[in-house]
Amino acid sequence: MSYPPTLIAQPEQIVEISQALRDEYKFNLLCELTAVDYWPEEEPRFNMLYGYYSISENSRMAIRVPLNGDHPTIQTISGVYPGANWHEREVWDMFGIKFENHPDLRRVLMPYDWEGHPLRKDYPLGYEEPQFTFNYDEIDKRKHHGRYEEA
Amino acid sequence: MTEQPLEYDFPELKHLVSERALKGETVLLNMGPQHPSTHGVLRLLLELDGEVIVNCIPDVGFLHTGIEKNMEAKRWELAEVMTDRTDYLNNTGNNLAYCLAIEKLADLDVPPRAQAVRVILAELERISNHLVWLGTQALDLAAQSMFLYCFRERESILDIKELCSGQRMMTTFFRPGGLWRDIPAEFEIAVRRFLRMFPGRIKQYEALLTKNPIFTDRTKKIGRISADQAISLSLTGPVLRGSGVAYDVRKAQPYSGYEQYDFVIPTGTHGDVYDRYLVRIEEMRQSLRIIQQALDKLPLGPFRSNNRKYVPPPRAELGTSMEAVIHHFKLWTEGFKVPKGATYLPVESPKGELGYYLESNGGNQPYRIHMRTPSFLGIQALPVLAKGHLVADLVAIIGSVDIVLGDCDR
Repeated sequence: MSYPPTLIAQPEQIVEISQALRDEYKFNLLCELTAVDYWPEEEPRFNMLYGYYSISENSRMAIRVPLNGDHPTIQTISGVYPGANWHEREVWDMFGIKFENHPDLRRVLMPYDWEGHPLRKDYPLGYEEPQFTFNYDEIDKRKHHGRYEEA
Repeated sequence: MTEQPLEYDFPELKHLVSERALKGETVLLNMGPQHPSTHGVLRLLLELDGEVIVNCIPDVGFLHTGIEKNMEAKRWELAEVMTDRTDYLNNTGNNLAYCLAIEKLADLDVPPRAQAVRVILAELERISNHLVWLGTQALDLAAQSMFLYCFRERESILDIKELCSGQRMMTTFFRPGGLWRDIPAEFEIAVRRFLRMFPGRIKQYEALLTKNPIFTDRTKKIGRISADQAISLSLTGPVLRGSGVAYDVRKAQPYSGYEQYDFVIPTGTHGDVYDRYLVRIEEMRQSLRIIQQALDKLPLGPFRSNNRKYVPPPRAELGTSMEAVIHHFKLWTEGFKVPKGATYLPVESPKGELGYYLESNGGNQPYRIHMRTPSFLGIQALPVLAKGHLVADLVAIIGSVDIVLGDCDR
């Protein structure tokens, strides 16, 4: 990331880093939390991104965490920054990155019984087939009606 | 009669309600998704003890249209029209954040005239957004005439936007490198007319509401949040300022030439619905000051950058210059390429900090776009704000956070 200044960290350090940033370096506002998928070009497939802002020092910084594998997990920072709760739910919803010890890891934007994680690069930009009376059952069979995925 | 087990149609939310609710001691009430006072398609599952809210579980995503995914499949300049559609009360603000982020990535210069016009339109948009907020907030608290007054004034702002771009709402007037076209000659007259008219109107609103006992009874000490709590929940904008934290991106990290203008950040003390109302009213006055200053020293000169790799050449050049024809052709067939990199760019939208995270892999399409939207975090904070209040107060609280569900769900 060119702006703000970014550090690269390991997944197991993220809670400690967040704690230190909040308590020692006064980065009290979590302004951004998202992920990027580099499939298929790069090997650590996902990158988690954390943006911090310090109101008293008026400075920003960011942490980038590479995550390996197709179903990665990382510790939640919602214990440190309660505002991260929904951001992490969104990342789980959109990328399928699991957050350990998260209080309420459900889908937030997609329907609760949806399958797949739409913002992954291997998820096609598809469309929903319009259902009419004559083809309702035929299309209905192809739709997701599974039980919702346990986080 | 045999006792039947209670059936609930919300298996995915069952673990969030208390034991008492499952035993039937407290009432579960579904508010929304189709309800006029939820300001959009927002569903709230309320757990009520009598009329007191024990627990409030927001459920969003009804307006999720996959804008981020869609933008990844479009070229940079085509993706911009989607930014208008996220927060439909703050179109120019979204355009501004997107353009500024591209300009940061591409190191693109913006002429002073374009910057000043951007500031004027963004501040008009802030007033327009606050007018919709004020009208609907008052309507929720049963002051119906406010709604009509506010929409009357908003109309003149929409007229100004129409004057510039031909569109009333989804303008896409700001483009990477400047503006779509120069502002017309009538623009200054129209804005000055608005500047003369509006301060008196703010006085009228205040005369109707600020000391109105019906309004103050329903807003004071309602939905209180302390400064620390608001910061920990990542709340920004008028909600945070209502709690007494003077954080405004325009002052803290100025963009688009905001450092030239003289304005103050209004803050509240109690962090309740009433203080947020006062903050927003004062913000409208400060916006007028900024517009006045920007208009008084509106620079002459080009309205967009001269960098032909990003900005199309003027129509007149196409007849005489081969180079201009080539640039025109390349720009409208394959678009411009943004250098590899990533950036997070925050602007102060009327609702709070609106940040665009843009990542480019050097191609003509964005690789990843994430919008950090204030409404998403505002709805996240609703349970904290609503706890212990009455159902009727919840309506005031939702209004005071100023949410737009298009902004939340994207």
